Amino acid sequence: MLDLSQHIERRITDAEILLIGCSAGGFSLVFDMVTYLPGGFPLPVIVVMHRGKNYRSSVEALLQQKSQVRVKLAEDKEQIRRNTVYFAPANYHVLAEPEKMLSLDASEPEHYCRPSIDVTFKSVADVYGSHVIAVLLSGANADGAGGLCYIAGKNGLSVIQNPEVAEVRIMPQAALDRCNPDLILDNEALFELLDKIAILHNIKL
Amino acid sequence: MEGSTTYTITFNELNELTELVYKIYGLDLTGYAKASLKRRVTRLMHVKHLPLFDLRSVLINDPDFFDEFLAGITVNVTEMFRDPDFYKAFREKVLPYLASFQRIKIWNAGCSSGEELYSFAILLYEEQLYKRAFLYGTDINTRVIEQAKKGIYNLRSMKQYSENYQASGAIHSLSEYYIAKYDAACILQKLKKHTLFSVHNLVSDGVFNEFQVIVCRNVLIYFDIEQQQKIIDLFYNSLCMLGFLCLGSKESLRSDELKNRFRIIDRIENIYQKIA
Ligand SMILES: C[S@@+](CC[C@H](N)C(=O)[O-])C[C@H]1O[C@@H](n2cnc3c(N)ncnc32)[C@H](O)[C@@H]1O
Repeated sequence: MLDLSQHIERRITDAEILLIGCSAGGFSLVFDMVTYLPGGFPLPVIVVMHRGKNYRSSVEALLQQKSQVRVKLAEDKEQIRRNTVYFAPANYHVLAEPEKMLSLDASEPEHYCRPSIDVTFKSVADVYGSHVIAVLLSGANADGAGGLCYIAGKNGLSVIQNPEVAEVRIMPQAALDRCNPDLILDNEALFELLDKIAILHNIKL
Repeated sequence: MEGSTTYTITFNELNELTELVYKIYGLDLTGYAKASLKRRVTRLMHVKHLPLFDLRSVLINDPDFFDEFLAGITVNVTEMFRDPDFYKAFREKVLPYLASFQRIKIWNAGCSSGEELYSFAILLYEEQLYKRAFLYGTDINTRVIEQAKKGIYNLRSMKQYSENYQASGAIHSLSEYYIAKYDAACILQKLKKHTLFSVHNLVSDGVFNEFQVIVCRNVLIYFDIEQQQKIIDLFYNSLCMLGFLCLGSKESLRSDELKNRFRIIDRIENIYQKIA
């Protein structure tokens, strides 16, 4: 089992939300992580992945069938709830409102991306402060690193998939070059991190 | 919008700025969704190289800057036939119904630079309903209203708009509705005849006519829930009985709104009809 310092464990205990960003090469890993989440998962989860503009997704419906947590597309002005995975819809940024609600926003793309990982990560960090765990997975994009490092700067827990094992290393590597993420994890350890979050929040697996 | 902390603003500072703008210009921004507004203001500070202190002082000392500020903090992106499936649904489910109305007044609220309104003009024209129709476009933003009145767009964007138009179940070619001059596409006069564009603020201005159709897409997401509800009330009060309300693809009526006032015409495209 993933061996973490007391300090990191405390920050996991303090966390109120989990963010996952991924792009090229990370989709199936993200789907596996979502279906792996135990029922009653103590945190809300927001997943931002880059996908085509007019992509009408049925991924969420499929994942919902296979998952023990609620899985859905993020909706405008929806209350952020635990035990729920929110996917950013194609062509919209997802933002967090101070009342802990989601907002959708169709303003300009960031790094040519909408949804953009940076936009969501920064917005959530502005509302949740240090109580954030953010995970950046495989991707070929400049988007993501800025957001992850912004979270690190606010003392949220920053995690990247080990670039060595990422299908496309560019995105996690960019974060590694830019700031010093708290955890650099192989795939197996990413799943163990999810277990850890559940256990430290007193969920029985 | 990288790194630099010079161009950041906290939620508290944003509230102070909102108060300042209200005091000087009477513009009420309190109903806007804070997260989006924060992103807009941060962006503006960045683009104009104005740290918060300077932004405040420009707002205070230079009234001419205000239009630019307003343009900067609102999201004006738009397209002709944006979300083609919506227009397809409107064609199939609303137009046949409208044919039975004697007069068809359409209010396009938050019309930005007019692309959406001219798209509706084309639909009506194709169904031989344009003669009976009148289209009102309103927006808070003077600049985009001026553009909308001109109806002149970048020729390069027409390629995307044509694709949208085709995907919406087109019966002609979009090029029949504009003339190309150098790198501009000018909407034909026959489509502009029954249109009127003017400034109207959805937060502070009231009912100004009775409409058979109200189209307000990709505007409500920029407001908080209370303000959204107030705007829906304004629309309800501006619609004739059995009139239609069309919202954006991510903007649906909440169940309490639906209960006795509207029925759903298309659940995915968010088209509603006033029934009481
Ligand atoms: C993203 S555009 C939508 C354009 C078009 N309806 C579409 O869907 O493509 C949003 C528009 O709402 C306008 N807007 C923002 N606040 C407003 C207000 N209080 N009253 C009227 N219009 C407003 C903005 O100026 C902007 O042009």
